[in-house]
Amino acid sequence: MKNRSSAILAAVSGVMLVITLYLTFLWVPMERTMGVVQRIFYFHVPPFFVASLAILAGLVASIRFLITRDYRFDDLAVSAIEVGWVFDSINLVMGPFWARPVWGIWWTWDARLTSAFVLWLMFAGYLILRRAVADPSARAVMCSVVVIFQAVGGVIVYMANRWWRTQHPQPVMAGGQGSGLDPRMWYVFLFSLATMLVLFGALLQIRRRLERLRREIDGLRRTVHSEA
Amino acid sequence: MRAAPLISAKGVWKFYGDFAALRDINLDVAPGVTLALLGRNGAGKTTLLRMFAALSSPSRGSITISGAAAGAEETLRSPAQRRRIGVIGHSIWIYDDLTAAENLEFFARLYGPHAPHDKIDHWLETTGLDHVRNRQAREFSRGMRQRLAIARAFFHDPEILLLDEPFTALDDRAAALLSRLIEQAHASGRTAVISTHNLREALALATDVAILDRGRLAFRGPSTAELRAAPEDFYRTYTEPRA
Amino acid sequence: MDVLRGTLIIALKDLRVELRSKEVINAALSFALVILLLFSFAFDPSAEETREIAGGLLWLVFIFAGILVLNRSFARETVNDCLDGLVASPLSGAPILLGKAVSNTVLLLVLELVTLPIFGIFYNVRWTVGLGWLLLVLLLGTWGLTVVGTLFSALTVNVSLREAMLPLLVFPITLPILMAAVQLTTTLFSGEPIAPDMIWLRVLIGCDIIFTVLAGALVESVLVG
Repeated sequence: MKNRSSAILAAVSGVMLVITLYLTFLWVPMERTMGVVQRIFYFHVPPFFVASLAILAGLVASIRFLITRDYRFDDLAVSAIEVGWVFDSINLVMGPFWARPVWGIWWTWDARLTSAFVLWLMFAGYLILRRAVADPSARAVMCSVVVIFQAVGGVIVYMANRWWRTQHPQPVMAGGQGSGLDPRMWYVFLFSLATMLVLFGALLQIRRRLERLRREIDGLRRTVHSEA
Repeated sequence: MRAAPLISAKGVWKFYGDFAALRDINLDVAPGVTLALLGRNGAGKTTLLRMFAALSSPSRGSITISGAAAGAEETLRSPAQRRRIGVIGHSIWIYDDLTAAENLEFFARLYGPHAPHDKIDHWLETTGLDHVRNRQAREFSRGMRQRLAIARAFFHDPEILLLDEPFTALDDRAAALLSRLIEQAHASGRTAVISTHNLREALALATDVAILDRGRLAFRGPSTAELRAAPEDFYRTYTEPRA
Repeated sequence: MDVLRGTLIIALKDLRVELRSKEVINAALSFALVILLLFSFAFDPSAEETREIAGGLLWLVFIFAGILVLNRSFARETVNDCLDGLVASPLSGAPILLGKAVSNTVLLLVLELVTLPIFGIFYNVRWTVGLGWLLLVLLLGTWGLTVVGTLFSALTVNVSLREAMLPLLVFPITLPILMAAVQLTTTLFSGEPIAPDMIWLRVLIGCDIIFTVLAGALVESVLVG
């Protein structure tokens, strides 16, 4: 968890990002019904998977923190949630740019979108709570408890949304993501997902280091004040 | 046949982020001892006392209290053991919306199977609150509230008393009452830990002394005549000078 | 049984304190009426469409007014630091949490049972049909929201912007409870049979159990740190 690993990851993800852009705009075939707009798919969907992974990572780190009280797990939890929030924001913002030309509407409250929005709100709640508490010990415990509830709640929200929204009429989706994908589209999608994962890893390492340094500075500051 | 209480901190550290408020504290309190826990503000006295009172947990190490069986030790999270402890902290822990009698009744129920009325009456008399027993605590003067807090802490006859700067902000009547109760408790073999930065007050009551300096246990021993004669000098030898 | 006894002691104490001042219940009831007034502008009470969302409107009133009750729950223990007194006592975390959750549920049910007939009048909704089921839905829905809300009230008790943090944290997590309650209530208001919506009743019960267990498991960490 030093400068080098995050630098390597950042460099690799940068290269992969360039490759993904090439693949998306110059290599993959044009989609039949949606045209150019469909290419958003390669940048819109993978971040959601990354965000879901992030909250799982946050959950595991939070549980481990509560058991061991080792602050490195708290570092990991806050980093995962914060970076995950960024990816979820990308997902939420890009979606409407696809939906408008394809469905004719910016947004709909179907199962997937509602769950994505709730997930985003959960990330935001965690981050706001984080900033509202000064005491590092209490803050770490509180945020760990919140993440555990949010992860459990998030799973239930997703399932409940599936039942809820199937009772109401859906907008017709022109050619869903998984239906009859050209294998080349699959490759690009998977490559984009891999790119996002590497980028997530890079940002995670950087954020973890930042949190560790913040902790050290805060500790030093408290020590100085206690000596005064 | 119960073993006498021995409350101890074993290898206790408390971290707030990277800052260590307590460093490797090993402190035993033998039964019957009245321990004065000394130290400047920020030395960690309140942090340590809160752990003894089961209000916070150590980051590392443990706080134990000797159990009912001889040689057995349990951690303080055990509810049964907390029954043996009485606490007076910085705040009074009294409900403003309840009457004096109701407050004592409530805490009595938390600490024991019943809320015996004769005991409530006894304590209201001892603290001079009998005439306001049915008035809500919010109507009380500050001295009255402090005395009610003292009644609350001593009500269930605790074997171990934890007092965090108890004499600060007490009026004369309450301070006299508290001193008397602490002496009585000591005379009947109870154990007490009193944290204070007022040396003279603490040394008047204490049999033992412990000094915390910036989170570390700087001194632990009996309260000798020499100590009582020149407490400030003694204290200075065990705490590092500030820059 | 210790937990049961402790729960009762705490619940009764909380209710007694609340009944003395009636602060929270008055504020919550008044707020509920204000929300009903505002809704009558936003959603035309005479329109047929409104009847379809009546269940949702009612539960929105409940949760917005109810959050006042939940916020107060642990906030009232900060006066004179009484929360420390509770945690230092032989009571473990579970009876403290459950006791407060019980007293909050009682207060919220009072709020709901007073608001319901008024809502029925303002929105011309027949709520007496299937009353037994409706009361069950109120109870299960309220308990689920309350047990999470009470735990988070303990969690945010020392946090700045507590009043805003509590809804922001609690509502996304308890969304399934709200969804289930709204769905069932709407069905009951429309007079249709409840059988097709049984899955929502199972969702309610399932969420109640999961969140109660989770809250009970985590309360010690929240209270002691």
